[in-house]
Amino acid sequence: MPIDPHYETVIGLEVHSQLRTKSKIFCGCPNIFGAEANTQICPVCAGFPGVLPVMNREMVNMAIKTGLAINGTINNFSVFSRKNYFYPDSPTGYQISQYDLPIVEHGELFINPEGQSKKRVGVTRIHMEVDAGKSLHEGIVGASWVDLNRVGTPLLEIVSEPDMRSSEEAGAYLKKLRAILRFLEVCDGNMEEGSFRCDANVSVRHYGAEEFGTRTELKNLNSIRNVMRAIDYEVERQIDIIENGDTVVQETRLWDANNNSSRSMRSKEDAHDYRYFPEPDLPPLTIEQSHIDDIRARLPELPDDMAKRFQDEMGLSEYDAGVLTASKEMASYFEIANQVVTVAGKKNAKATANWVTVELLGRLNKNGLEIEESPVSATNMGKLVALIQSGDISGKIAKQVFGFMFDDGGDPEQIVKEKGLKQVTDSSAINSEVDQVLAAHPEQVEQYRGGKTQILGFLVGKVMQATRGKANPAMVNSLLKDKLG
Amino acid sequence: MSITADTVKHVANLARLDIPADEVEGYVEQLSQILGLMDQLNSLPTDGVEPMSHAVEMLMPAREDVVVNSDARDLLLACAPDTEDGHFRVPKIIE
Repeated sequence: MPIDPHYETVIGLEVHSQLRTKSKIFCGCPNIFGAEANTQICPVCAGFPGVLPVMNREMVNMAIKTGLAINGTINNFSVFSRKNYFYPDSPTGYQISQYDLPIVEHGELFINPEGQSKKRVGVTRIHMEVDAGKSLHEGIVGASWVDLNRVGTPLLEIVSEPDMRSSEEAGAYLKKLRAILRFLEVCDGNMEEGSFRCDANVSVRHYGAEEFGTRTELKNLNSIRNVMRAIDYEVERQIDIIENGDTVVQETRLWDANNNSSRSMRSKEDAHDYRYFPEPDLPPLTIEQSHIDDIRARLPELPDDMAKRFQDEMGLSEYDAGVLTASKEMASYFEIANQVVTVAGKKNAKATANWVTVELLGRLNKNGLEIEESPVSATNMGKLVALIQSGDISGKIAKQVFGFMFDDGGDPEQIVKEKGLKQVTDSSAINSEVDQVLAAHPEQVEQYRGGKTQILGFLVGKVMQATRGKANPAMVNSLLKDKLG
Repeated sequence: MSITADTVKHVANLARLDIPADEVEGYVEQLSQILGLMDQLNSLPTDGVEPMSHAVEMLMPAREDVVVNSDARDLLLACAPDTEDGHFRVPKIIE
């Protein structure tokens, strides 16, 4: 959103994504969400004295996978570091993270912001670290409670370059990154539950300026929509400050979604003095090139590759291919539906794509539903498209059938049969309807014959009305023309 | 870098150490000596020597991704100074 045309917005995003390993990063506790407080902990993750962390192999593999998927460099040698700070949700008094030698550097991803062409966003680095626990304050008198279940959840911190120039681009980046993580099956990308969290670094500068402006860091952004709203708010706030002749203060600000505003965290100056040092409990991590190659060879198809395949092999537009690969669920829905149409011998990916992106997504959006909550199954969607392709129902009737399917579920073939919606392609049946319509409208017939051929549409409409939409419109058209001509 | 009384107080604060005022000077002296030793090391030629990030020369051992622990909440909570309703209880954290 161009708020003030004289200013340029600069955005960099830090994403923390929880990895879907079975066990925690450094111990054999379960890595699950939503369990009863403190039931998923052991002396290691609870930070008891004398314990030692042991690295989860799968976490490293997931980090490598993610790095390869964003075309990053996987460092054969990387080091864990200790980030020191005191907070009750971190029982060790430090976080094991990576600092100067992260596992992945120099990545990139390509975003498709709405109404804009494809854009590259650099990914500075990805590092592995451990999540903290949770503290609870509400309703607790004179104390806070600590739940350590989340301590030890494997996290990837994915840091972008300050390459985004609008909240829309930031939103597109998050959508693409989340899609990639989901395609890789390394993270479920649930922002509300905190498995995919985002902090935004935002600054503004005059157009053409070389230097970046002073940035602020926005936190507490629990949906992509909130990230975008918080950025727009922050950009306006910073421009106001500059326009008033003041200077932007570098600080962390908390977004308050309920009030659509942000407030300074007023943290102490030394809050960021983490005194990193190499983690003494973990030797450096070395990764054999052959292991990286092996993982590369087994990478699943990623959204960009899939979108390209949809365009090259199925003839879909870039836009449709982008929409259909926005999430793993969306892509698999489309592929199943398209498969059903193809098996029915009516291969038509464009028609299938159209029905999914226009009718289905339109209806889902209106009802606030995600594709995985669709009352119309992918198989039934495919069957519906096949019915249109085979000429059993017209596009118009199909919309009616789709309405029934969306409201009550069900198999379109059965709905068409039960409700008697099958298109009449029997020419003698249509013939008699045509004759009746012609007999009932002598005036229009005369007009047509007098040269006003556009009256044909009216007559077609009358026949369709008489057959309650079931006549094959192409047949009606040609029969009418024959009889009138 | 030189160590002053302020540096000692700052670092002590970050590490949550309560250093009596009359001991600050002693730490200034000790820390300065340690940094002096570092300076001495810095004077050695280390061109072509890989930076060392760990004292023990070994590769990182790794474990398979399997769950081996089960709920030990009561045992672990019993080690804490204060608990309540299945949680660790700590002084109110004011944001």
